Amino acid sequence: MAERVERPVLDVSRLPTVGFGTHSITWWGIMGMMAIEGTVFVLMIASYFYLHSRNSEWPPHRNPPDLLWGTVNLALFLVSVIPNEWYRRRARKGDLRAVQIGLVLLSLFGIGNVVVRYFELWHLNTDWSIDAYGSAVWTLMGLHVLHLVTDLVDTIVLTILFFTSLVEGKRFQDAEENAAYWYFVVAFWIPIYLVIYWAPRWLHA
Amino acid sequence: MILVHVPGFPGNQTSLNPVGPGAERIEGEFALIFWITAIVYCLVLIALVVYVLRRRHSLNIMPEPMPTTPQSDRWAKVAVSGAMVVTVLLLFIMMIGSFVTGHALGNMNRETAYTIDVYGHQWWWEVHYPNDEPDKTVVTANEIHVPLGVPLRIHGTSRDVIHSFWAPNVQGKRDLMPGYETDVMMQIDQPGRWRGQCAEYCGEQHAHMSFYMVAEPGPQFQQWLSQQAASSVPPSTPQAVRGQQVFLGHACVMCHTVRGTPAGSRVGPDLTHVASRSTIAAGLLPNTIGNLGGWILNAQSIKPGCRMPPNHMTGSELQDLLAYLETLK
Amino acid sequence: MITTTAIESTAELTEQERAQAARLDAVWSEPRGFWGWFKAVHHTTIGKRYAVTAFIFFLLAGLLAGGMRLQLAFPEAHVLSNDLYNQFFTMHGSTMMFLFAVPMMFEALSVYFVPLMVGTRNIAFPRLNAYSYYLYLFGGLMFYIAFLCNTGADRGWFSYVPLAGPDYGPGKRPDFWAQLITFTEVSGLAVAVETIVTVFKLRAPGMSLNRIPIFVWGQVVVAFMVIFSLPGVVLSSTMLLLDRTCNTQLFNPAVGGDVLLYQHLFWWFGHPEVYIIFIPGTAVISTIVTTFCRRHAFGYLVLVLSLVATGFMAFGLWVHHMFATGIPQIAESYFTAASMMIAIPTGAQIFCWIATMATGKVVLKTPMWWALGFFFTFIMGGMTGIFVASVPVDLQIHDTYFVVAHFHYVLIGGAVFPLFGAISYWFPKVTGRMLSETLGQITFWLFFVGFNITFFPMHLVGIRGMPRRVYTYPPNMGWTTLNQIESLGYVLLFIAVCVFLANVSRSLKTGSLAGPNPWKAGTLEWATTSPPPHYNFLHLPTVNGREALWDAAPNQPVVIGLDEDARSFLTTRTLDAEPEGRDEFPRPSIWPFLAAIATSIAFIGSIFTPWGITIGAIPVAITMIGWFWPERQPAERRRAREIWQSE
Repeated sequence: MAERVERPVLDVSRLPTVGFGTHSITWWGIMGMMAIEGTVFVLMIASYFYLHSRNSEWPPHRNPPDLLWGTVNLALFLVSVIPNEWYRRRARKGDLRAVQIGLVLLSLFGIGNVVVRYFELWHLNTDWSIDAYGSAVWTLMGLHVLHLVTDLVDTIVLTILFFTSLVEGKRFQDAEENAAYWYFVVAFWIPIYLVIYWAPRWLHA
Repeated sequence: MILVHVPGFPGNQTSLNPVGPGAERIEGEFALIFWITAIVYCLVLIALVVYVLRRRHSLNIMPEPMPTTPQSDRWAKVAVSGAMVVTVLLLFIMMIGSFVTGHALGNMNRETAYTIDVYGHQWWWEVHYPNDEPDKTVVTANEIHVPLGVPLRIHGTSRDVIHSFWAPNVQGKRDLMPGYETDVMMQIDQPGRWRGQCAEYCGEQHAHMSFYMVAEPGPQFQQWLSQQAASSVPPSTPQAVRGQQVFLGHACVMCHTVRGTPAGSRVGPDLTHVASRSTIAAGLLPNTIGNLGGWILNAQSIKPGCRMPPNHMTGSELQDLLAYLETLK
Repeated sequence: MITTTAIESTAELTEQERAQAARLDAVWSEPRGFWGWFKAVHHTTIGKRYAVTAFIFFLLAGLLAGGMRLQLAFPEAHVLSNDLYNQFFTMHGSTMMFLFAVPMMFEALSVYFVPLMVGTRNIAFPRLNAYSYYLYLFGGLMFYIAFLCNTGADRGWFSYVPLAGPDYGPGKRPDFWAQLITFTEVSGLAVAVETIVTVFKLRAPGMSLNRIPIFVWGQVVVAFMVIFSLPGVVLSSTMLLLDRTCNTQLFNPAVGGDVLLYQHLFWWFGHPEVYIIFIPGTAVISTIVTTFCRRHAFGYLVLVLSLVATGFMAFGLWVHHMFATGIPQIAESYFTAASMMIAIPTGAQIFCWIATMATGKVVLKTPMWWALGFFFTFIMGGMTGIFVASVPVDLQIHDTYFVVAHFHYVLIGGAVFPLFGAISYWFPKVTGRMLSETLGQITFWLFFVGFNITFFPMHLVGIRGMPRRVYTYPPNMGWTTLNQIESLGYVLLFIAVCVFLANVSRSLKTGSLAGPNPWKAGTLEWATTSPPPHYNFLHLPTVNGREALWDAAPNQPVVIGLDEDARSFLTTRTLDAEPEGRDEFPRPSIWPFLAAIATSIAFIGSIFTPWGITIGAIPVAITMIGWFWPERQPAERRRAREIWQSE
């Protein structure tokens, strides 16, 4: 075997260092997280219906959760999609001002969602320790609360970061991915909302 | 038929010594799978050994990697494809066998079956023979007499954690779970005492939760049943009378029933006919005076963690008590 | 064009190469000193930690098994009390499944070898990787400290309710079990995401999908399985904790809860789990058979599709663990069919391997012996799997020693044999020294014989009616002799492992030097020194075929142009591995360790109070923010050199 080999080279020095979507490593990581958390949600929803199938009355001797606050939150979530998509697209262009505004808006929406969520929890019309129905409703809700709160903290931290001098291409990638994750939180609220608020009304038989 | 049997497993608590149609059907499928898989295993491993020996490279250095030739790979493609076809075929055969067996088991007579209720407890079996006439209902524990050659329905659930009712000579197992009532059909065609054991880990004394299914011809079974339905006979000897007082005056009444006395608790096994049973402590000990005495004094030293506390009494109190319990046939 | 020194040669590096090595070393070296240990982020460092830690847990679980075998050697023995035995078998099973098998077969092997095999400098998300290791370690420590404090888990490795629930599982024992799950599941999920991203985006140019080594394919399939299966046990263990600590009623049938909900959620995870353990074993076998039969594995497409098919089908079998619960007949039939049909892709792999041997040159060194042992052992386990797949037969053998025999044959055959093969194969790469071939073969034969003596009789004693998880048994059942044979077999296994440890410790000091590629193997980990430097490859490679080294062109190109003053790496396209972009790995950092401490406090605290999570979340948030907060100087450097992707 020859000890010295002349090799051609593949010069990658002009390749981009800032990429979005499938070009970004962290984007793939966030997709992985969504797959994991999504599976948790799906299995929890399945568990809710499984318990429903084992109970003749659902909810047992009480009212289903009041519709008001949950629907308000649904509306808030859906409206937040507008600034979310706007700043996500501007992030891909490196528009600092737009991302700053967008992140502040999403932080405010998030805070609003959390406040409304607080009222939702007080109007679920059940405690978690009474029976399996109460436990299932609170567990399913609790999972979404966890995601909402952690995403809000992430968003606020990122917002602060965007007002420092530490902003660079990578941070715009983070902004796009933060917007993607917010979509995940919103998107999963839709089936969870339907399950918690409407399933007991529709499946009354 | 050679396929129907697997060599040498006589005896009690063995799934390959069937005494009824349930276990027998299962043994058939077991044998089918056994012979097919044993032959396939041997063939595959013989092929492996043969090829390794034939293609073995004996020098001590690593030879250069070989280019793969179309010829070598074409032959291999044919061989692998053929092996796959055979594999799928054999799997189908075993699968169909499984469906046929399962179907047959599922079709065992439900309408004409004789029902026995079994409740799993940590760590004993509560057994009820329901009857439309309440005074003919039988409650006993751990020893399940059944009529020979008659379809049986074991109707079961658990009073605490998950247990599993399993008498391998008779039938496959069924889990007894709180919140679920389940029915498993079985039939015993050979007379005898067939041992079963809990087959789902249920805590500290899972290892000592056995039972016996005692299969007797119809008339004998009916005789046993009426005897069990009867209330306890009042004690006649002075020692037995004293023994009954010991029983009623100690912690026994907190957990045990003896019909015909004020003791009516359902926490532990019904003792109305305890002397008629051949074992105590869920199959752990033969039902002798000595064992019963030791059990009463300190069940914890024999079956640590079981729900029966030690009982303090003098030697003569124990002798009286045992004399009384002996009368509970 | 550049001049490079062929990796196999004995010539010294050229002057340019030595300069380049020095520059790379300055940037990539792992931090030294006491605190440096806690800041490490290189995948080979973390991979070795996973491997050593997992092996220690393997030894601990093995010792527990010894205690069990001693207790079972005599009917009604009093070597271990019932309480202690129940803790032993639970600790043994839980340790093997959660602290050894997955961390070793998936995490250790994946973390160490996948980045090397795809030709990059580190694993994706290196700090997450470090964090995942610390969580794994802390979870295991918690579990064993609880055991030493007489609070060891004792409800079996799947911890069914109601036995493990608030009514029948007093104290904290099941809570420690449930939190062990939490620790190890976060760890496993993190490595799964890292593995997928590494393989999707960090492959060497030229390594299109059809040139990915089978070992890497196996780990990718496993990573996907981890992502979709672990949520099942996340939920079941969380629900168990909620029922036990917060008074939820999810499993309480008296108020609408259901005990089978637990089993469905657990086995949704539990069945894929065993394939998560087994598939890396097959990935190792493919690798060893390729190298020791001196030819490309026969049937690459079939092998890869079999891995993928097995991964998918594994999700459709879980109810076969619940056949005794009285499920409807139509469900029984489906799960029987599926459980038998999964033998098809596995069979395909076996036939392809035998075909490779039949058309190759078989070199019988220690790794190949272990591979052969795999065939004898795993296939036997696969055969008994057909017995348990059939519902009627399963109703006799479920929860007996027959099933204990089955799963030890498939798990030890399917994972431990390949693992010993992997260790003897890759030890030279990781340490730079060869293991003793003689001691290696002695270990193999002792282990193979000892294993069969220990576990084969369990088939018989199970058919003879011995249930599992029993701390003792009556005499005169026909079980005593078989149990004694099994216990004697353990002695051989013990000696085998001792010989192995002696081999390892001796070879570390005095084993012959291995060089870069002692086996003349074909995959990229052999294209660098043994052990690899912290930058993995002096020149990042490009690839021309499935076996990168065997199929390399005489003048195979190398990659240049990455920044040499930062931990720069190349990203490539997912399907065809064409170069796409450049990115930067983070430098060593203490934050993963601090975050792991904070997380552990939250997890362990929540065993004792529900406020553990809510209050514990605060230090977790603080450490996570510290972790992600950018450093000024690297940010400015990157900003100055940014090239944005064109839209």
